[in-house]
Amino acid sequence: MPAISFTNITKKFGKVLALDRLSFDVQNGEYLCVLGPTGSGKTTLLRLIAGLLRPDEGAIYFDGKPVNRLEAHDRNAVYVPQQYALFPHLTVLQNVAFGPLARQKPEKEALDAAWKTLEMVRLSWRAKAYPSELSGGMQQRVALARGLASGADLLLLDEPLGALDARLRLDLRHKLRELVKQSGFTAIHVTHDRDEAMSVADRILVLRGGRIQDHGVPPRVYMRPSGIFVANLIGGANLLEGIVDTVTEEISTTRMRGGLMIRTPRAPLPTTEQPVILAIRKETVEISSRDIQRDNVLKGEVREIHFLGSFREYLIRLTNGDVIASRRFLEGMESEFKVGENVTVGFDSRDIIIFAYPRQGLRKELEIS
Amino acid sequence: MEGTRQKTADASTPFHKVLLFLERSSARRDITKLVYSGSLAFFLLIVITPAIAGIVAQLLTLPSLTLGQDVYARMQSAVVWSFVIGLTVSSLDILAGIPLAWLIVRRPSHLTTILDSLADIPFLIPTVALGFSILEFWSGPTGISQIFGSGSLVSPGTLLIMLLHFAFSFPVIVRVMVGEFLNYRETYEVAARTLGASAFTAVRTVTIPILRPGVLAAFLLALARSLSETGATIVVAGAFENGVVFIRNARDAGLSAAVAIASLVLIVASLLVFAAIKIIAPRFRVAPLKVWPSLERKLSSRIGVGFRNAGSLIVFLIFVLLPCLFIAFPAAESVAAGILGEALAGMGPWGKFWSSMLLSYGVALLATSVNIVFGLPVAVMIARNRFSTRMTRIVDALVDLPIIVPSLALGVSLSFFWSNIGALPEFWVLVLAHTTITYPYFVRAMAASIQGIALELEEAARTLGATPLRVFRKITLPLTRYSLLSGAILVFTRSVDETGATTAVSKVLKTAPVLLVDWIRGTVQVTPEERALGVGFLVLTSFLALVALRLIALRKPKGRS
Repeated sequence: MPAISFTNITKKFGKVLALDRLSFDVQNGEYLCVLGPTGSGKTTLLRLIAGLLRPDEGAIYFDGKPVNRLEAHDRNAVYVPQQYALFPHLTVLQNVAFGPLARQKPEKEALDAAWKTLEMVRLSWRAKAYPSELSGGMQQRVALARGLASGADLLLLDEPLGALDARLRLDLRHKLRELVKQSGFTAIHVTHDRDEAMSVADRILVLRGGRIQDHGVPPRVYMRPSGIFVANLIGGANLLEGIVDTVTEEISTTRMRGGLMIRTPRAPLPTTEQPVILAIRKETVEISSRDIQRDNVLKGEVREIHFLGSFREYLIRLTNGDVIASRRFLEGMESEFKVGENVTVGFDSRDIIIFAYPRQGLRKELEIS
Repeated sequence: MEGTRQKTADASTPFHKVLLFLERSSARRDITKLVYSGSLAFFLLIVITPAIAGIVAQLLTLPSLTLGQDVYARMQSAVVWSFVIGLTVSSLDILAGIPLAWLIVRRPSHLTTILDSLADIPFLIPTVALGFSILEFWSGPTGISQIFGSGSLVSPGTLLIMLLHFAFSFPVIVRVMVGEFLNYRETYEVAARTLGASAFTAVRTVTIPILRPGVLAAFLLALARSLSETGATIVVAGAFENGVVFIRNARDAGLSAAVAIASLVLIVASLLVFAAIKIIAPRFRVAPLKVWPSLERKLSSRIGVGFRNAGSLIVFLIFVLLPCLFIAFPAAESVAAGILGEALAGMGPWGKFWSSMLLSYGVALLATSVNIVFGLPVAVMIARNRFSTRMTRIVDALVDLPIIVPSLALGVSLSFFWSNIGALPEFWVLVLAHTTITYPYFVRAMAASIQGIALELEEAARTLGATPLRVFRKITLPLTRYSLLSGAILVFTRSVDETGATTAVSKVLKTAPVLLVDWIRGTVQVTPEERALGVGFLVLTSFLALVALRLIALRKPKGRS
């Protein structure tokens, strides 16, 4: 039985539709990341589960039981807000013991549980400190400990790493997942950082404008996104416009701007003369100064080079005017190609995903909010 | 286009030339120094020193400091009662005011907006009128006693003083707590709720402890008001004496030694009590995690919340709103009795009444202007820490002195200082006494407001080439305009309202509230109708003055939406 079920949940704020007929399940012990731009309804979703908001339509179930009428304090779902909301007038230990005490555990037992959880996050040595005396990373761990010790079994994390330095964010995200898993919690982690979502989630739920865009395990969402928006949000894929030219048993061809032909996969949808968007992930695009063996081999000129640490990204203008990006890993200090250099670009048809051209136009489809 | 032409035209007016000259001078260090040190000297020498020096000087010049046994006993019990009443009433006000403030902030609706405004009513009615209204409501033959068939449900005395102080301290608590709740980050409560605490537990163990400084400030303000209030307290005291009533009675009886000693005792005692509360309260930590789950869950249930809301509304209605508004009935009856013409023509006692009104508003106007001119630089200095940190702390603490110390006791000191040492005419003694008593209100409002402006705004303006005065005129002032006017309004109404210090100072000249105390107490013979109408006039004029000032304050400056 799923730990949480949403069935047709709709939530409005005045005239604004925050969530639109949302349905999904979260399994027991699952670590779900909800990914979406600002205003996509992520926080609303968390607050609905926590019982801080009531849905306008639809029902939420915990372990198969409806919880719409259950107060926040009776739900066993801990909400960890973005700025942690550590109680400034209580010590670290008192903060962590707050949950068990509020749930009527005897004082001794509550303090023991709090102490154990603090040891788990390696902060028992700061038990007597007040939150304001801790660093951001420590505060984050105390907030997590407070949730884990509360006697609940569901953790609702609202941008849990959002207030931290970039470096610390990377260090802590796997620690976060490990602690949650170790304690047997079901967790819903809201974020707008796709790398964070992909590296910690069992499954990812992509939200946009209060609707589910995609829902699945990270590799699937990355490799085979359900739509152009997700492809763009998750992977930074090249998106090229074209029109389907011919369709055969195994393969199709797509006509690009300027009559350029590209060999594209057969499945799932093309019919002749249909306008489409081709999504090609940047790391699947090869770039070379010599001839290469690929399904598609095109000529172009290097226009821009972006150095991004572990890889370089080359922007190449093709002969038809379209620009395509290619990522090259493990290069030296000097880039292999120079701006203005003529190069050959290649990619295989199985790395291309074809989407029907969006009805409201490409720009509108990609708009973040 | 219009605007630009207007501006260039302005440049040639003499006013603009003076302004330009002042702005240029403000860039000179010696001139700014002069302005700041001048206002600081005004504060220390004219506002604060006389308030303490007067009483010391008087004690030194008195021929004998011995009091009779009975006078001494009376004084002792009176001072103790002042504090008993103050502490009790302020605690009750906290208990009743917090739920109402909560309701106003957390259940926003038309009803609570109205409630919010109604809660201010005891603020707007001059305290003498409030005293009269409450006296008539609880004790008069036409008030609530009618319902119970007895002659007087609550006769003048201790209980009636408590009812009075409860009513006029109530808005202080509600105002402060509404502000606190509005600024409070709700996430703390949300976190507590999802950790398993019921709504009531969350508020008790998280919200209130976090807001403790605010609760404490509200409590101290209520306490100060209760200790200090004179006019209305005299009206409802009957034969009972608390500190200020004792001083007033002793003064009427010509016991100058008793007046001076009691004033000093009251000054010292209130300073000690406030210092003690300020030092001890922050160290006092209640066991924060004690939870009574079942009881608090019941209180958080829909029925519990309903009872609580209904309870706080009923308390507000019966103990605050109705008694305060009751004045309307006797005043209307007097109008019906047909003495309005007589009153407006200034016949009989009304001649003196109107000149006292004129005096009240004249004094208030002068005191307000003086406080704005000399208070503004001090407010800037406090807000922007323009002295050393220690000096800021000292000034910061001294500014509150006139609020903390009972104004009648201060008045005794000020009166001696300015009339006997300074040999000033009575009118100017009145103005200076009112300046001292109302000084904190403007400076506090402005300092808080200036502190609220990001320093970066002023710094940005400076680096864009604006002189200090220009920064103040173009950046600071427009952003604090509302506080400036509300601070000024507060000073003005406090001054019109003031009875404590005024009672101590006035010998021949009587301001309107002091005259009305005489009318109500029967020291001056007037009919009940005249009495009620006189109080009605005071309420009406303060309402009108307030509305006029509010209209000026709310008038939007050009070019801003």
